[in-house]
Amino acid sequence: MKTIFENSIKGRKGVISGEVNNDLIKKIDEKFLRKEELSLPEVSELDVIRHYINLSKLNFSVDTEFYPLGSCTMKYNPKVCEKLASREEFLNLHPFLSYIDEDSVQGVLEIIYEISRLLCEITGMKKITTQPYAGAHGELTGVLLMAAYHKAKGNNKKYIIIPDSAHGTNPASAAMGGYSIISIPVDKDGNMDVNILKEKINEEVAGIMMTVPSTLGLFEKNIKEIIELAHKYDALMYYDGANLNAILGKLKPGEIGFDIIHINLHKTFSTPHGGGGPGSGVVGVSGKIMDFLPVPEVIKENEKFKLNFNIKNSIGSVASFYGNFQVLLKAFIYIILLGKKGLIKVSEVAVLNANYILAKIKSYYDVPYNRICMHEFVLSARKQLKNGVHAIDIAKYLIDNKIHPPTVYFPLVVEEAIMIEPTETESKQTLDEFIDIMIKIAEISEKEPEKIKQAPLKTPILRVDEAKAARELKLKCDI
Amino acid sequence: MSGFIPHTEEEIIQMLNVIGVNKIEDLFLDIPENLKTKNFNIPDGLDEIELEKKVKNLAKKNRSDIINFAGGGYYDHFIPAAVDVISSRSEFYTAYTPYQPEASQGTLQAIFEYQTMITGLTGLDYSNASLYDGGTALYEAIAITVRTNNRSKVIIDKGVNPLFRKIVKTYSINLPLKIIEVDLKDVYTDREKIKELLDDETAALVVQNPNFFGIVEDFEDLFIFAKQKNISAILVFYPVSLGILKTPGEMKADIAVAEGQSLGLPLCFGGPYLGIIAVDKKYLRKMPGRIVGETIDKEGRKAYVLTLQAREQHIRREKATSNICSNQALCALRAVVFLSLYGKNGFRELALKNFENAEYLKEKFSDIKNLKIKQGQTFNEFTIEIKEDAFNIVKELIRKGFFGGLPAGLFFEDKKNYLIISVTEKRTKDEIDTFYKILKEILKG
Repeated sequence: MKTIFENSIKGRKGVISGEVNNDLIKKIDEKFLRKEELSLPEVSELDVIRHYINLSKLNFSVDTEFYPLGSCTMKYNPKVCEKLASREEFLNLHPFLSYIDEDSVQGVLEIIYEISRLLCEITGMKKITTQPYAGAHGELTGVLLMAAYHKAKGNNKKYIIIPDSAHGTNPASAAMGGYSIISIPVDKDGNMDVNILKEKINEEVAGIMMTVPSTLGLFEKNIKEIIELAHKYDALMYYDGANLNAILGKLKPGEIGFDIIHINLHKTFSTPHGGGGPGSGVVGVSGKIMDFLPVPEVIKENEKFKLNFNIKNSIGSVASFYGNFQVLLKAFIYIILLGKKGLIKVSEVAVLNANYILAKIKSYYDVPYNRICMHEFVLSARKQLKNGVHAIDIAKYLIDNKIHPPTVYFPLVVEEAIMIEPTETESKQTLDEFIDIMIKIAEISEKEPEKIKQAPLKTPILRVDEAKAARELKLKCDI
Repeated sequence: MSGFIPHTEEEIIQMLNVIGVNKIEDLFLDIPENLKTKNFNIPDGLDEIELEKKVKNLAKKNRSDIINFAGGGYYDHFIPAAVDVISSRSEFYTAYTPYQPEASQGTLQAIFEYQTMITGLTGLDYSNASLYDGGTALYEAIAITVRTNNRSKVIIDKGVNPLFRKIVKTYSINLPLKIIEVDLKDVYTDREKIKELLDDETAALVVQNPNFFGIVEDFEDLFIFAKQKNISAILVFYPVSLGILKTPGEMKADIAVAEGQSLGLPLCFGGPYLGIIAVDKKYLRKMPGRIVGETIDKEGRKAYVLTLQAREQHIRREKATSNICSNQALCALRAVVFLSLYGKNGFRELALKNFENAEYLKEKFSDIKNLKIKQGQTFNEFTIEIKEDAFNIVKELIRKGFFGGLPAGLFFEDKKNYLIISVTEKRTKDEIDTFYKILKEILKG
């Protein structure tokens, strides 16, 4: 499609605005003014609407296609959450109002307070900060909290332990927070290798970051032993909440000894992904980390909601205000809508759906860890590779069948990984269609592998030249 | 089964049979019994009617009718209806990160256009696909410079938004990074002091235009001075002001960052907002976050794709340029629609209108004798000095329906009598006149 700049016609404008006194510019000294022409398009409102609506049609989305994207929890986003979170009373509120007059913002403070309490109950943590804007941001916040805790205790810590099946954000966040990484491999059953952990752990380890269930979609069987080992060295246990959708009402990370957790509200609590954001990565902590949380926190005193800027050893702030408030609000609405039974059902059916697909297709693909899975599972395209069909080819063939591909090539510990997470909101009929296509792909890979390798053929564009994109950088439109 | 889970009881039984277990609980046998939770004290769910009532009640407990004369980096701008229409399009807001280009050309092209507009706005070479917010963008900018020149000191003018400065300090608590904040001379940047502090251990100099008190400056000479010492120049800017004000590029900044909320995002009690970053070409490969590039597909057609991914965490893990794994894609989309609607002339007029409204209020204020306007060039925000604690005055104004500005004392102990007032294009003549009248009464001026 043409770019919006290519639709530009000199003199056009897409807003109706009042008169402006152009002479006013003379009140500003030349040296403060922009000389360079403003390179924005000149288009009408209809031009803009048509352009972006037509662009939207080139996207896959949860509302239009099945999205079994492992690790990303692309569940349906209930429309009532969108509608209620878009009320003017929320949208028009200036965040600084809360710094001056808490009485003017009791409703939003109550929402922040209540969602924090609900998330504490769901995860078994003592306190929540809503500031982190995304999962990785929550991780960084967690790492900073670890650093503050150890500093206060006078501990000399240099390392964070991370299993090699972890998301890339874990090591990146640990490094950004000032730590070096010790990587631990998974054993033959897909659990963290505890023997190697025992060899590597030492007094200088600040914490262990774990994803539970792991990125292989498996429950970490040795979790209790790992937690006890960590605590023996005063290393903190960090729970990466990417996969929380599997355990609602079943297991509370705080109860089994985790010290810090981040929760991706855009995954488990169904706020839309927005094409890559905004999300929310709120962080929960156990009692021993409470004194280090970011400020301000929302507290309740005499039936009134207030801000508390005085947390003894607070790390400071990781966001301008309270995080992505509207995302918190959508998640809050989702939680109170579903309630206790609804939330438990979420995890039960998410796990049911994943196991159903796994049971139906496991004889057609290589399954590196053949166990009951949690809310997602990992296949390998090793079998198909013998005929030259890679995981990426399978992904592209699915696109031609109007299904968003699963996550491929992650986790890195599985060769030709295909990671499937159906979520609980997809019906048996949708799963069956997906299963049929996956079986068909396995069959075609045997007989006519070229057919898979050519895919996609029905998309607005075919496979792209990524090397060219990186080599001959073009990062903006011609104007 | 109800709500968003479509399964019938019968289907669940069929599925369990396929899996080969008797009941759903059997799927959770990997979790040891002693680790399972015994308590799950979440209230019962609601139906949609009850839900609407509950949320409506919470919504009503906020004074959202207040007329805003407060900014402080977050502004009450008008948002054209078309912005909401595009961003509430399912295909945009329920999509995932565009890792599969064949299924994501819409998001990819919109981001590509966003990158183009941000470079056009700032006069710098490249923009990424956006970061979380202004404060985190500032930290990322600083991290670029520290990584590039292996120096550990950063000089930040206190005219930079105090919330941004706090984030930067928090991010660096466990890093060998020295953040030095330079006091203002009243509300103005102390150039001489800054020059003294810039030495060969300094990685970056950070200033803001207009500064937190609304003062507009030209930092070109200061940036040239810094760059002679191989110190990177970072400018925090206010997007709407660039409709008329000198660009970061024209000031010779190496990196420019901004809170992008003013480009079509509601105030919404603090977020979601938009972190804007634009860089000189020499920093392109050090820039964090997603970047969209243009390429061709198998048949030679133009196509967009995420590129330069070798900088990012999913490839580089602990050696990545940042841990960031998302962008504020939907917010960036709103910004690109906002900028398209205003366009070349409309955006300039928008900036002028802001300037005009603020100047109008300033003029009115000139007859209040207990009030002094801080001298100097301003855009749509300026600082007044009064005889009382500004915090109390603002409280009183709120009771009368006006959020009358940001008391500087919240962040500057020695400036309790300073009030920072912002007047956007949204304020009508009537609102400005009434605000002036009420403030005059309160100040007994």
